[in-house]
Amino acid sequence: MTRSNIISLTIILVILSTWELACRGLSVPDFILPAPTQILGVAIFQSHILLPHAAVTALEIVLGIFLALFIALPLATVMFSHPSIEQALSPFLVVSQAIPVFALAPLLVIWLGYGIASKVLMAAVIIFFPITVSLLEGYKNCGTEYVMLFRLMGAGFWDTMRLLYWPWALPFFFSGLKVGVTVATIGAVIGEWVGAQRGLGYLMIQANARLNVDMVFAAILWLSAMGLAMWVFVGFMERKFIYWNRWS
Amino acid sequence: MLSVVDLKKSFGDLTVFDGFSLTVPRGGFTALVGPSGCGKSTLFDVLTGVVAKDNGEISWLGETVCHLGKKAAYMQQKDLLLPWLSLLDNALLPTRISGRNEGSSEKALYLFHRLGLQGFEHYPPRKVSGGMRQRCALVRTLMFEHELVLLDEPLSALDAITRRSLQSHLLLLQSEFEKTILMITHDVEEALLLADEVLVLTPFPMDVRERIALDSSKPRKGSEQGLLEIKEHVLEELQGEL
Repeated sequence: MTRSNIISLTIILVILSTWELACRGLSVPDFILPAPTQILGVAIFQSHILLPHAAVTALEIVLGIFLALFIALPLATVMFSHPSIEQALSPFLVVSQAIPVFALAPLLVIWLGYGIASKVLMAAVIIFFPITVSLLEGYKNCGTEYVMLFRLMGAGFWDTMRLLYWPWALPFFFSGLKVGVTVATIGAVIGEWVGAQRGLGYLMIQANARLNVDMVFAAILWLSAMGLAMWVFVGFMERKFIYWNRWS
Repeated sequence: MLSVVDLKKSFGDLTVFDGFSLTVPRGGFTALVGPSGCGKSTLFDVLTGVVAKDNGEISWLGETVCHLGKKAAYMQQKDLLLPWLSLLDNALLPTRISGRNEGSSEKALYLFHRLGLQGFEHYPPRKVSGGMRQRCALVRTLMFEHELVLLDEPLSALDAITRRSLQSHLLLLQSEFEKTILMITHDVEEALLLADEVLVLTPFPMDVRERIALDSSKPRKGSEQGLLEIKEHVLEELQGEL
């Protein structure tokens, strides 16, 4: 175990034990702040309740990621190959992020209903931006000498894209995707808060109304675990795709 | 024959060159030597079409062209190998893009063998030394179908020992593949060792100050008395420019 691992583990243990001791020592009621052991107990022993909701939220997030990729990959490529399109579209991109997703949520639920479609779209709106921007940045970062070499070899745009720009931009793409998947849960959960019949966000609202604060915390714990799992998975894909980093 | 007549390029008020002319006979090796900042790189940018010329004529084998991009192979100080391709795949890039794959692997493998890169075909560029990367870049340059080769300080990033061995490789391969070479360098000795003709350049605007024709006996030795005298003379001329 590395030094930094030990430090972060220590910090977590200190926070959790302070929390636990405070709850027990001061007899804080469960509906205000449950102790960590109790939250963990709910997260584990009531997983039959949590699991179906988590599956719905996970599905929304995964579909949101795919929808975001489906938009971001062509968008970044077109914007890169046509600077005039980039100039025309960038204000809209910025506006799409300047509008708080909270403000959009009620509208999307009205338009797309209480099902998963509105949540998928919410997640996608949040994710596509970092992916598009970082991929575009990656394309632009490509060394001009390499571009010139490809030009002298007589390479067309798609040859250059396939053999040069795309592999060059991959590290940028993955850092954008990592940012995207970590904030993806926000979109899905807000969508579920506003109107849903399933999902961890829905579960949280229901539990909150009944003062089942331990269940709210358990849902948060599950959400964090899902975010972490996606982060780890994207990291795994990154190492797989950027295979030449493993060569050295 | 490569011929450049009355070439002009300026950026705003700065005239890099005006009325610049040179010729390289087919199968010849001409080196341009000049102080840094004299406009050599701009000349290559114009020749390869990276920047447009203001005026003048460029022709290759009797055909007048706008620039030599797609007609010449190009090699520079940086090896520009792609880290995601093996050495062999990097060398095969020109034929892969042009679609003329027939016999290209055999040619590349032969060149790897000639340049002492055999056994390293499937190594990634990051795992081999700078000298080997530059040799791989040389193989890639020779894999271009083009007869004309433009070299922009191709060996200046290398250590003295590696540079010397690559110089002899370059000469052997030039005669074997019958390439016509135009090289820019600030290494006077390298120019005198490799080229048939050395053009000494003056800056602002760039022009040819002196043409030095060398006898065809190659490989030459840097320690030859005649060559040492010429080198001293050229260095004095270049210093006089600063």
